[in-house]
Amino acid sequence: MAREIVPRFADWQAAGRTPRELWLKAGEAGLLCTKMSPAFGGGGGDLYHSLIIIEEQTRIGFNELTFYLHSDIIAPYIELYGTDDQKERFLPRMARGELVAAIAMTEPGAGSDLQAIRTTAVSDGNGYRLNGQKVFISNGQVGNLICVAAKTDPHAGGKGISLLLLETDGADGFVRGKNLNKIGCKAQDSSELFFDEVRVPPENLLGGVEGQGFSLLMQRLPEERLIMAMSAVANMEEAVRETEAWLAARAGLDAVRAKLAECRIKTRIGRAFLEDAIDSFIEGTFDTIEGAMIKWWTTQRQNEVCDDCVQLMGADGYRMDNIVTRRYADSRLGRIAGGTNEIMKDLIGRSL
Amino acid sequence: MSRSKLPLTESHEIFRASARRFCESECAPNQRVWEKDGGVPRAVWQRAGELGFLCPRVGENYGGFDADFLYSAIVAEEQARAGVMAPTLSQSDIVASYIAAYGSEMQKRALLPHIAAGTAFGALALDGKMTARREGQHYVLNGGTNFVVGGVDAHFVIVAAKTGEESTLFVVETGKTEGLGKSKAIKKLGQAASGTIDLVFENVRLPSATLLGDHEGLGTAQIAARRTEERLLAAVAGIAAIERALQITTEYVKERRAFKQRIIDFQNTRFRLAEAKTEAVALRIFLERCLRDHLGGTLDPSDAAALHYAAAQTQCAIVDDCVQLHGGYGYILDYAIARMWTDGRLAKILACTDETVRDIVAHK
Repeated sequence: MAREIVPRFADWQAAGRTPRELWLKAGEAGLLCTKMSPAFGGGGGDLYHSLIIIEEQTRIGFNELTFYLHSDIIAPYIELYGTDDQKERFLPRMARGELVAAIAMTEPGAGSDLQAIRTTAVSDGNGYRLNGQKVFISNGQVGNLICVAAKTDPHAGGKGISLLLLETDGADGFVRGKNLNKIGCKAQDSSELFFDEVRVPPENLLGGVEGQGFSLLMQRLPEERLIMAMSAVANMEEAVRETEAWLAARAGLDAVRAKLAECRIKTRIGRAFLEDAIDSFIEGTFDTIEGAMIKWWTTQRQNEVCDDCVQLMGADGYRMDNIVTRRYADSRLGRIAGGTNEIMKDLIGRSL
Repeated sequence: MSRSKLPLTESHEIFRASARRFCESECAPNQRVWEKDGGVPRAVWQRAGELGFLCPRVGENYGGFDADFLYSAIVAEEQARAGVMAPTLSQSDIVASYIAAYGSEMQKRALLPHIAAGTAFGALALDGKMTARREGQHYVLNGGTNFVVGGVDAHFVIVAAKTGEESTLFVVETGKTEGLGKSKAIKKLGQAASGTIDLVFENVRLPSATLLGDHEGLGTAQIAARRTEERLLAAVAGIAAIERALQITTEYVKERRAFKQRIIDFQNTRFRLAEAKTEAVALRIFLERCLRDHLGGTLDPSDAAALHYAAAQTQCAIVDDCVQLHGGYGYILDYAIARMWTDGRLAKILACTDETVRDIVAHK
């Protein structure tokens, strides 16, 4: 992180994306696909390796989701649910950073409500023809392996959704749209994608069976939310640490101390909450409700704490060259991504 | 996340069942009567003593049973879970811990067995302007202390007084001490059964053996050292109150109907309860972490302060939301949730002093 990312990070933020060389270097350093089996070129690690990467990224303010989407969300889809052929073809190249993965679920008319997607993948006996449009796709500009959620049966609701692995190099009819200009996470590309009669070979249907997409996506969500919580807790801890260092050089008021105390409390509870959730995950008991709780709580508190830190720094808190300001802008995404926090509360509320 | 990671044994659970029975069947039904009386009958204290709830951590030779801190936590939790505000069992536990930690052998023998048996009840009188002047083998105390919780029932108080620059603690019997004046019970927003008074000291002469500790000037450190456990017990009670409020309210919104549907069928209701439920889970996880650290002797006092503060803030916010979800009934004191609103408000006052905030920020 210190050698390869810190010196170039400002350039990537300005460019709105990470360069491919970063991915190759990360692959070489063993930072991609840390949990993947060594049989496919992965690190053979566990959730703690994901935690370490998230924390080290966060420490330098590299809050972008890039690596974890690739390594912890998409690679496991292929490793857990893919055919042997898919694992052999894609996983080693993902571990080396030659393939950069994105997952394309959200559409202009379907966000948290995934069942409402309209992108179709029609089988013509010789593979699929993909038609439709996606939006807010992280790694959508950089990625060259896109896992697309599409309806293989437009009349079957959630059960009609399948996941197709599209290698974009040389894919006719595939067009990347705008790289969206976001509030924060500036070095994370977030793209529109267009599919116009794009051919996907039949062997690229994830798992080889149609109609499993929705349930596969749902199975992985608790873990995805847990990883978001790791990022949220680390980011608010760093923001508080940096703010305290800034405050130490300045005279403080009682109100400053009180505000700082509240921030400390939130980070402290957040860390305990997170560690408990990680334990639960390792024990195999972590479920949808726990995922929803830890995700909304930590991302909400992250945003509040970063907001307080900006306030404590006064005008310095409003400068984009201040890392705390950037943490604040980055943190806003946590309440939206991975299912909005309103969806989280709905899940919890229904379970009462 | 509901699984407890505390080292609870079968003995703890037997003790918990006993505390639950006592709180639910012998205390809860009498709360209104005791509030009207402004205190708890002696027989109830003695019954609590018989059952071992008043100072479980004190040594067996002094009437306790050498219990670990979880026994104290269980008493605090079961009491709050049953909505029982009096008798203030945890106060007895904390006062006893002052005597056990700092008292002379004579003081321990004179007080602890009686505290354990429920025949002597102590209160803390640590806030106020008090001075103690040494005169030979005596100290002369002057000044006043405010808001002595349980002072109406108390047989003795632990008083903090300035001996020169430093603070010193004294054990003062309230019954037969000349020059000690008690105010009438203060009318409070809630918690009427723990009769609270102000004390006035006018040339109160105390033998030097009433000093708590080896010598003068230890008061501030003694109070600070006890505070971590006080905070833990307060947080235990606060979090149990949150869980109780949630349970009561969840049941209510599932039964009560408005606009042709149950209250819980409104998304707004579910969101608020979902938020509250998550806060309760997060706090309980942090509480258990702090309790484990305390049992292992590694608890950072700033964590105890943070827990106390967060539990109190959250308790008041959630109980307030729960009152709202009850609609008009939430405003009626016959309903448990309205009682929790008035009784619980004190938590935030106790936890949100400037000192607490300083403790949270000062460490680490």
